[in-house]
Amino acid sequence: MPRKPWRRALALAVEALWPPAAALGLSFAVGTVIVAAIGENPLRVLPLIFAPGLGSADGFARVLFDATPLILTGLSVAYAFRAGLFNIGGEGQLYLGAFLAAWVALALPGLPRPVALPLAVLAAAAGGALWGAIPGWLKARFGVHEVINTIMMNFLAVGITGWLVERYLQEPGQMIPHTAEIPAAYQLQPFARGPAGAWLGLDRANPLGASLLVALAAAVVVALVFRRSVEGYRLRAVGLSPPAARYAGIAVGGVTVRAMAVSGALAGLVGVHEVLLYRHRFLDNFSSGLGFLGIAVALMGKNHPLGIVLAALLFGFLNTGALEIDIFTEVPRELVVVLQALIILLVVSFSELALWRRRRRRRREEAA
Amino acid sequence: MIGLLLGTLRTATPLLFAALGGMFSERGGVVNIALEGILLVGAFAAAAAAYYSGSPWLGVAAAVVAGVGLAALHALVSLRFRVDQIVSGVALNMLALGATEFLMWIFFGSGSNSPRLGSPGLPATAGRLLVELPPLTLLALLAVPASSWLLFRSRFGLRLRAVGEHPEAADSLGLPVHRLQFYGVLLSGALAGAGGAFLSLNAHYFVKNMSAGRGFIALAALIFGKWRPGGILGATLLFGFAESLQGHLDLPWLPVRFMQLLPYLLTMVALVGVIGRCRGPAAVGRLFVKD
Repeated sequence: MPRKPWRRALALAVEALWPPAAALGLSFAVGTVIVAAIGENPLRVLPLIFAPGLGSADGFARVLFDATPLILTGLSVAYAFRAGLFNIGGEGQLYLGAFLAAWVALALPGLPRPVALPLAVLAAAAGGALWGAIPGWLKARFGVHEVINTIMMNFLAVGITGWLVERYLQEPGQMIPHTAEIPAAYQLQPFARGPAGAWLGLDRANPLGASLLVALAAAVVVALVFRRSVEGYRLRAVGLSPPAARYAGIAVGGVTVRAMAVSGALAGLVGVHEVLLYRHRFLDNFSSGLGFLGIAVALMGKNHPLGIVLAALLFGFLNTGALEIDIFTEVPRELVVVLQALIILLVVSFSELALWRRRRRRRREEAA
Repeated sequence: MIGLLLGTLRTATPLLFAALGGMFSERGGVVNIALEGILLVGAFAAAAAAYYSGSPWLGVAAAVVAGVGLAALHALVSLRFRVDQIVSGVALNMLALGATEFLMWIFFGSGSNSPRLGSPGLPATAGRLLVELPPLTLLALLAVPASSWLLFRSRFGLRLRAVGEHPEAADSLGLPVHRLQFYGVLLSGALAGAGGAFLSLNAHYFVKNMSAGRGFIALAALIFGKWRPGGILGATLLFGFAESLQGHLDLPWLPVRFMQLLPYLLTMVALVGVIGRCRGPAAVGRLFVKD
């Protein structure tokens, strides 16, 4: 008996959504137990995670600010994954992007704004692309697995950018290892400082700015590449089976290098958020694992651009809520990191389980 | 000179433990990126147990137990639930970081470091040199021939290597593939856990995120040492030497920060094949699914 189309769509949606939903539920259940075990009231603590983001426009804008770099690193992981590549070098790539954006700004202070801004954005993307393309090339040329090289290059990126700042770009008279402030022509100002700030009801100190638009535009572009372009087809072909792709006339090596370069560029765009908008300078060792959280975001969002934006939003809520927990309760804010790690472990476990069940059902239907 | 030698041995100790551990996991075909998290969890468990019991050796035991615990989670998630081994490792590293920082508040009431801890020692009758050298360093050095025997001379080692090279063939001979892999991963947890104990007990403090990438350097040493105990010993001594040179040597043309990058750079070069052929176990990272 043919099923009604809407019921089929509903069944598909349930199938796709239950693993992340169950992972979220179960990790919060574990969170409840942890909070109760240290003698706090879970019903008071856990809602605090979502309270600031849902309570006001200003709070929600802060969540969006925290979500912005995660959208980019999530897209970065998903883009490489489309070609069957595991880029865990987002952390290093975003350092290179941020550094290059700051360096271009400091090296060319006289440029007018219409030239300066696009140039700095391009520099951020190029820095990440370079750091992604190297392991891509090593894979295509020598067959070295990209995971090891991207891990090693994360450390190289932090070390090299830190050394360059220390040696050549350190702001004089400062103990903190960071560069001088970039020229005004390169700076993005938060929405709260503009005319939209008061209208949206944002606090003067709210940091949300145009980097969110860059991240969302990147999500749209990635979605278009995946769904509507020849390159998207090549990525998927290589991702599903490199030998088959080669047989079909696709230059697998070229696709590998390009996929890693674009993936790196997406991570590098975090430099726009970090340097051009947030700090207006490059700070040594600034990222506390944004690249690694990108892996979590991509997994949670099922490597789909829309899913990634939503997953980044969820992780943005968690990061913003961590501060609230710290201020208003006795529970350490690291509870949120534990929850995030649990979410990743559970979401991948449940997704495997769902896949396994689907296969078993199909086998059974075929046998019947 | 003696100072540099001792410094090299001390810096190499946690790397040696973790890299030997990683060897047993990878020789069985399971990538263990969670070495970093296991070191951290081991360091924390050692600190907590040593602080509350007053016995550093109990701290070492607790670190081994904690390391095995986290490794068991890795084996469970990646072998039983079939999750990608890299993903599982990344998530467990995050869990270790969050959990140790969280538990620091609970156990020590501080977010930065633990109270002062004692280190494990030997009775004074053991002789001068042995007193100078931390006992865990001696244990790590002894673990090299022991690992070599276990991997190349014992029945378990032969089977583990068979599973890591060709699980289907091993399975057709009736070997319990997943169980052997499980044991390999647990062994990596025990060894890396002991390495973690050295980190906190030798420094007399547990400090937040004190593994600081050493798990990944151990991974580099494992590759640079070509998945063999002797090679791993050489690689960890080289990396330890490079790091402890910092205090003894000040060359204007060689920034200290570049010496720290040496392990990562050498590993990438080794993988490309410039330093001889460098190949890991054939089936590493690939999940064996029995039909």
